Amino acid sequence: MSETVAVLDYGMGNLHSAAKALEKVADGQRIVVTSDPKEAIAADRVVFPGVGAIRDCMHELRQRGLDQAIFEVAASGKPLLGICVGMQALMESSEENDGVQCLGLFPGKVQHFGERYGELGERLKVPHMGWNQVQQESHPMWEGIDDFSRFYFVHSYCVTGLPENQVAGRCDYGLRFAAAATRSNIFAVQFHPEKSAPHGLTLLGNFLRWQP
Amino acid sequence: MGLAKRIIPCLDVDQGRVVKGVKFENIRDAGDPVEVAKRYNEAGADEITFLDITASHEGRDTTLHTVERMASEVFIPLTVGGGVRTLQDIRNLLNAGADKVSINSAAVHNPEFVREAADRFGSQCIVIAIDAKKVSAESEPNRWEIFTHGGRKPTGIDAIEWAERMTQFGAGEVLLTSMDRDGTKNGFDIALTRAISDAVAVPVIASGGVGALNHLVDGVLLGGADAVLAASIFHFAEYSVQEAKEYMQAAGIEMRM
Repeated sequence: MSETVAVLDYGMGNLHSAAKALEKVADGQRIVVTSDPKEAIAADRVVFPGVGAIRDCMHELRQRGLDQAIFEVAASGKPLLGICVGMQALMESSEENDGVQCLGLFPGKVQHFGERYGELGERLKVPHMGWNQVQQESHPMWEGIDDFSRFYFVHSYCVTGLPENQVAGRCDYGLRFAAAATRSNIFAVQFHPEKSAPHGLTLLGNFLRWQP
Repeated sequence: MGLAKRIIPCLDVDQGRVVKGVKFENIRDAGDPVEVAKRYNEAGADEITFLDITASHEGRDTTLHTVERMASEVFIPLTVGGGVRTLQDIRNLLNAGADKVSINSAAVHNPEFVREAADRFGSQCIVIAIDAKKVSAESEPNRWEIFTHGGRKPTGIDAIEWAERMTQFGAGEVLLTSMDRDGTKNGFDIALTRAISDAVAVPVIASGGVGALNHLVDGVLLGGADAVLAASIFHFAEYSVQEAKEYMQAAGIEMRM
């Protein structure tokens, strides 16, 4: 029987791009967009996308019981992919919206870029918006993607403070932050693979094949 | 290494069709925005912008279908602007697959609209589109004003103050068009671009006047733009996006190659 991949829908807008991109690279897997925790837990793989503000995001997750679903999936050993705010929500806490407790699956913190300057002394614009390079740590999710390939980012907050062995990719924008985090069956990215053709699509394809 | 500057081809779309002709070889349907977007994606465009110039209400459903089709086939960021007036307009476009929505005259009529939109959907997807025209005489210090109705109607609003206010209200990016330069092929208004870029903390897209590749370089190096938007030089195949990127990289600008 073909695998099912659940894309979590918690009312925060544009998840369709993630689902469409997964459909594009799917090899027989069924992609379902769902807000039902049971359906998420029953799926073979789960994608946790996110846009918008973290407080609303956490609120909507809890309202639907999807926070518990994410804990169950994380504990089950099934592959879980967090994207953008989905990655940030997996951390311990975020300083956005005057401080928000997140899911705590990683010990990292989510901080604002603040006022930072580039190599030539120019003030760096926030949001960090556009294509930046990711320095990879060895991981099957990067298969077929050259080190320092560019991905599309759009965010004002970033993950820092992860233990070295949980950082799967690094990016520089006035400070060094985690562009990708991993532990056992979880992989999370700050950039948008669904908007980062062609490398982003390769990464999504790798996720569909990943056996943690 | 670091964040690359972006090249953004812009398509004017009327009822689901590209209006100004687009000339590509081997393109099945040069009037279909999805086909054109695919070609630009293959050529290395960093984002795509649709400017919806559809006048009729019915035509706007066509726009949503076009955005939907594009989101299923082209996996780079898409900004849609033109006629965005309500939170529902924004929701519809985001649900259809737009990543960012640009707001222009609706912000002039009701600045609070930008605040509401950014609160609801997040700053990352709200672009403030600013059409500015120089109103100072040659002997005076530079001053630019916001114009609406395609540059015909002055509003009395100072462009720099407006950009500051709109980004304080939560707009996450500025799409800055010089109405003096738009269509002239004489290059961006560099002083305007520099003034706005220095005034706001968010990225600025320079637009209006690109006729040659060195104009793109000037927009970034002299104007301080984070991205450059152009239409005709790409549509009529005067230059490819790839050529533009190579030219900019050779000038020392970080690009996604």
